[in-house]
Amino acid sequence: MAMFSQNPLLNGPNYSFNDGPISNAPEGARQHRFDPYTDNGGSTLAIAGADFTVMAGDTRLTSGYSINSRHHPKLFKIGGTTSDQKDANIVLSVVGFAADGEALKERLDAICKMYRYRHGKPMSVKACAQRLSTILYQKRFFPYYAYAILGGLDEEGKGAVYSYDPVGSYEREQCRAGGAAASLIMPFLDNQVNFKNQYIPNSGEGHALQERERRPLTRDEVEMLVKDAFDGAVERHIEVGDGLQMMVITKDGIEEVLLPLKKD
Amino acid sequence: MDHRPQAWGRPRDDVYGAYDASYLRSTGPKTATQAPVVTGTSVIAIKFKDGVVMAADNLASYGSLARFTDVKRLRPFLGTSVVGFGGDVSDMQFLDRHLNELAIDEAYEHETTASVSGPAPPGQLNAANLHKYLSKLMYRRRSDFDPLWNQILVAGFDSDKKPFLASVDLRGTAFTSPSLATGFGAMLAQPIMRRYAATEEDAARLSREEAVKVVKECMKVLFYRDARSLDRYSIAVVTKDGVELNEDEQLESQSWAFAERIRGYGTQTV
Amino acid sequence: MPGFDFSNYNRNAALHARGVPLPKATSTGTTIVGCIYDGGVVIAADTRATSGPIVADKNCEKLHYIAPNIWCAGAGTAADTEFTTALISSQLELHALSTGRKPRVVTCMTMLKQHLFRYQGYIGAYLVVAGVDPTGTHLFTVHAHGSTDKLPYVTMGSGSLAAMSVFETQWKPSLTQEEAVKLCADAIEAGIWNDLGSGSNVDVAIITADKTTLKRNYIRPNERTQKLKSYAFEKGTTAVLNEKIIRKEDISKLVSVHELTDESGDKMEVDV
Repeated sequence: MAMFSQNPLLNGPNYSFNDGPISNAPEGARQHRFDPYTDNGGSTLAIAGADFTVMAGDTRLTSGYSINSRHHPKLFKIGGTTSDQKDANIVLSVVGFAADGEALKERLDAICKMYRYRHGKPMSVKACAQRLSTILYQKRFFPYYAYAILGGLDEEGKGAVYSYDPVGSYEREQCRAGGAAASLIMPFLDNQVNFKNQYIPNSGEGHALQERERRPLTRDEVEMLVKDAFDGAVERHIEVGDGLQMMVITKDGIEEVLLPLKKD
Repeated sequence: MDHRPQAWGRPRDDVYGAYDASYLRSTGPKTATQAPVVTGTSVIAIKFKDGVVMAADNLASYGSLARFTDVKRLRPFLGTSVVGFGGDVSDMQFLDRHLNELAIDEAYEHETTASVSGPAPPGQLNAANLHKYLSKLMYRRRSDFDPLWNQILVAGFDSDKKPFLASVDLRGTAFTSPSLATGFGAMLAQPIMRRYAATEEDAARLSREEAVKVVKECMKVLFYRDARSLDRYSIAVVTKDGVELNEDEQLESQSWAFAERIRGYGTQTV
Repeated sequence: MPGFDFSNYNRNAALHARGVPLPKATSTGTTIVGCIYDGGVVIAADTRATSGPIVADKNCEKLHYIAPNIWCAGAGTAADTEFTTALISSQLELHALSTGRKPRVVTCMTMLKQHLFRYQGYIGAYLVVAGVDPTGTHLFTVHAHGSTDKLPYVTMGSGSLAAMSVFETQWKPSLTQEEAVKLCADAIEAGIWNDLGSGSNVDVAIITADKTTLKRNYIRPNERTQKLKSYAFEKGTTAVLNEKIIRKEDISKLVSVHELTDESGDKMEVDV
């Protein structure tokens, strides 16, 4: 008996539970398939300044309602000559599935190192960004489940941030939030970094109102924004917390800061 | 009457349907272990100032059946590290054989007089190296859709000679923490261990005796509350001097005093 | 007709079959506990309410009033714990009035389990029931399917294992009130730190034969950190396309207007 087939509101193939699609599986049999992905939570953030880039990420690693680790970094220096990466000038941040993130980082780092040995100079952020896109797209049909952000300084010494989707679509941006709390942080960044939805008071009526003019933020301002963004995310997202890892890339190298976040 | 002798005595196709011979097919997609069968429950471990303590009970369950009660789930490696296995036991045994081969190769490469236990010769695979190796192995297997259904803890020392403790699971997710636990232990034992070693600094202040006491307390709580656990367990202490492994520990001073006063589950009073 | 209205059942079943997901209820992925001591019973709860991975309420109340001498800690679907406890509370009040006796904890527990069993687990209320009545001190858990348990210490919710680890290591048969409160608060804290579904503050209720003491926000270990910047906007920053002013006096005819004070804690955080 097709219960709902006469319903004019539901056009298309109507069916009730009685004549729904028939499964080939025998009664009670349950097909068990291995799911190669999990979500390990966490959030990342990157902001490009005039002559610096700030990258940040929380250090909590979760699975389900459990905390696996309170200190698991999401930021990695890429393409140094040594294992401690002290002469690196590019930072990669990854969130999503931690094992894929780790694999992605190892691949990009190996490629950047090979480039350095072959050409006798470090890879530019622009080239590294393009290469990362290729790496991601190579696994188009078994993707790295990782949201990557690449940060550094471009050829002119300006801050550069490149953000990616898991299959390699990328774009250079002024700022980007990634991961679990991206939807919480990104609107805040739009408003505070690019001054979206901010108008100059009394500069006109209604639609004629002038937008607030954009200006490059100072390093101190950016670092405060990052901390405030994460404190906000910690308040409202259960998978974000424990610690805040922040890397500031300038012409003098990469400075790393570790700040505490709430642990509940 | 069916005149083909091959069909005599076989289920009739018109009654039972055609015989499904798909399982005999040798071509087509490869099928791998897609679910654990005989399993071990939690492995727990905590760092202290000169090393790491790890424990796991000696039970291998077959679903809800306590199938094998003397299965050793902690495995020393080169006398300098310990590997603890949770999850599928056959996959654990596969990894055990694999690690044996690896240990033999390592022993040839770095000849040493202390073959069983003792300080590691320089250049020999330490716990951090071993954990990296196992992470890559596990990640590769998950990427081949043929996972090893385990969660593994690795304890020992890193290249800076500091106590090392890390975990890797069937998907290749690897992480470290001052205390770690797999399975049920992640929910029941980890909160207890974190009270004593919330940070690396806390763990570096913990004495060996304290660490062993905490781990034994956790094993007791796990036995109280994990229905797939056992009161016989293995405990390993890794220090610079090597691995001390006791595979026949018995839970002590259990308390079931609260049970005496319980009467029913609702309105019953007698 | 009293009770639930099922008239949208067929419509919803059809929508569901076509892939429309069910609306998500606010769930209290929670830690709640209870513990009997010599002279009474203590129950405690965390104060985080979640909707998926998002914190819906940072300081909600999970300790529900049933009767002056009976209180309930609730986990599961927020609305279900709220309405189920309110319903039983009201029935128990009428029952107490008609019998002229103080309500009993077993009566409350039996009413809860019979109500929940009737709805076969679809009412997602997981409760810790505690109280003191003329027959003594009582502590129960009631599951959504209607099963109950009677134990000297109990935990429930997503943080139940973290909380139970505290009881299993520190509980002893004879406790003072101070010890029981400390134990319950520690158990909730274990949930707050180790379970992502639990967080913020600890609420405690102490029930004795004489009185019930509710200690709202007994421990506040998760105060919000000070913002580094001020996010106050200059007046006129937001574009105003058209304006219509409704005065407080006018709207008061339709709704009741309350001025919030800083002390109530309900006032929104705003930078000035």
